[in-house]
Amino acid sequence: MSQTSRAKPYLNPYLAGTLLGIVLFLAFFITGSGLGASGGLNRLLVYVQNEVNPEHIDQVAYLLKMAGGNANPLDSWIVFLTVGTIFGGLISGLLGRRMKFETNKGPQISNGSRWVLAFIGGALMGYGARLARGCTSGQALSGGAVLSVGSWAFMFAVFAGAYALAYFFRKAWN
Amino acid sequence: MATFPLPLADLLGHWGSYVVYAVIGIAFGMTLESAGFGNSKLLAAQFYFKDMRVFKVMFTAIIVAMTLVFLSSALGLLDYNLIWVPPTYLWPGIVGGLIMGVGFIIGGFCPGTSLVGMATGKIDAFAFVAGVLFGIYMFGETVSSFATFFDSSNMGRFTLPELFNTSYGLVVVSIVVVALMLFVVAEKVEAMINNRPQQRLPGWSKPAAGALVALAGVALIIGQPSSEDRWQRIAAESQARLDARAVQISSAEFIEYRDDSKIKIIPVDVREERYFNQFHVRGAVHVPLDQVQEKAREFQFEPANTVFVTMSNDEAAATEAWKILKAESIPNIYILEGGINGWLKDYAGNSLGEDDRVLNRQEDQLAYKFNAATGSRHPAAEPAPDFLNLKYEPKIILELKRAPTSGGCG
Repeated sequence: MSQTSRAKPYLNPYLAGTLLGIVLFLAFFITGSGLGASGGLNRLLVYVQNEVNPEHIDQVAYLLKMAGGNANPLDSWIVFLTVGTIFGGLISGLLGRRMKFETNKGPQISNGSRWVLAFIGGALMGYGARLARGCTSGQALSGGAVLSVGSWAFMFAVFAGAYALAYFFRKAWN
Repeated sequence: MATFPLPLADLLGHWGSYVVYAVIGIAFGMTLESAGFGNSKLLAAQFYFKDMRVFKVMFTAIIVAMTLVFLSSALGLLDYNLIWVPPTYLWPGIVGGLIMGVGFIIGGFCPGTSLVGMATGKIDAFAFVAGVLFGIYMFGETVSSFATFFDSSNMGRFTLPELFNTSYGLVVVSIVVVALMLFVVAEKVEAMINNRPQQRLPGWSKPAAGALVALAGVALIIGQPSSEDRWQRIAAESQARLDARAVQISSAEFIEYRDDSKIKIIPVDVREERYFNQFHVRGAVHVPLDQVQEKAREFQFEPANTVFVTMSNDEAAATEAWKILKAESIPNIYILEGGINGWLKDYAGNSLGEDDRVLNRQEDQLAYKFNAATGSRHPAAEPAPDFLNLKYEPKIILELKRAPTSGGCG
């Protein structure tokens, strides 16, 4: 791992998982909703689209729900959760002295290839997350913990998709 | 009544409640980052069995949160009916999941982890987030071409215990035990792939695992509250409202709300089918009394401006249905005062005379004879608003809905 020597190591995964589980439980316990990420990104995007080209929003039913008329796409709890998540990552990175501009990748590919792959992977993730009505946080983690059948099916599909293609992308990571 | 989840918007105001979500988000981001999830190489290592961190963190989080949720529900602290359970759209979920899995191995992040990657300066995370935004944008542009598929196989709020027809406690205990066994396997696989001896687990891990199994066991032994238990918790307050006739609304108030475009009114007719066929109020949903509890789960998905009105021939069955729906935490439910018999007396005066009356009828039987199944074609099924000059005492007070209507992806 390319980290500075002062960087603190990551938490033991079981400890990190326990902490994450407690945060997830508190989210359910206090608010009734779990965690999520793609929903917040979605609304931030729709907000920008609405600023740039409001007529377009009014032609697409899917967008209309979030930003039609006087609806403010940022008026949603998930937006605040998402902004909080970014700040939380920043705080934890600073405390752990892990802040560093770097590109994580396998030794066999260039930074440029890694960035292109990251963009393509991100695009698939974004598209899939909207189709599945949730991402790894909103569906698999949150829905899994409250025993939704669809969330468990989704979770197995994510792992299946990733393992199925892992061999073909081994050079990107190893 | 279980106190949690809290009605945040009532307590803190609309925007004030968002502060709570921001704080939860910060805690979420901190745990993700300290778990190492800001590092794409570490995330991708999962799929080469080199570092099974993704699996370990995720499943530990799931079993911890799941155990605490169902334990607090069993103890009566938390109302599971008010918890957002992502509705199951089976095939869009599976296809979306497969696409995301492919995106995961190519891109190295998932949306949540890419946020903390970006926050800690990972350049590949910036590229990934740009990709996510592009993917979301493309979805918005293309979804109308496969809208039917996107809305297909909708099974609503559907949980594993319902699928396997077993108790919540048993499913919780089973998942905890299976996950713990898989952690043992994961440790062995990592050691084998990396060709090193197995890593020593920290000293607290075994007691912690034991404690989690014990807590899940307690949830299993206590069991999730039944409809009857749930009613007992609210009985004192709710029975008082019934006795004070605070929830029995007049037909005039019903009609006024029916014609209010800002309100969605759902008449819930709980009578036997023959009565329903003979006559029912226009727009009524037929839900026999023994199916009311099941139907409650569908009602949870109705928008916040929905008012439910239960109705039977008199009030007895409607009151039972009201209790069941109330116990299932359905907001804004009322009973039609005087039932269908009262309705017919008010609005069918012209067509139903004294000859049509049923003599010596029993409680909650229809008071009039119908020669044919008129259903809602009867003129009295939808009386015109100007029919009404009746004064009534307004009783409907719209409650803010407590149950979340969207999950983390809304």
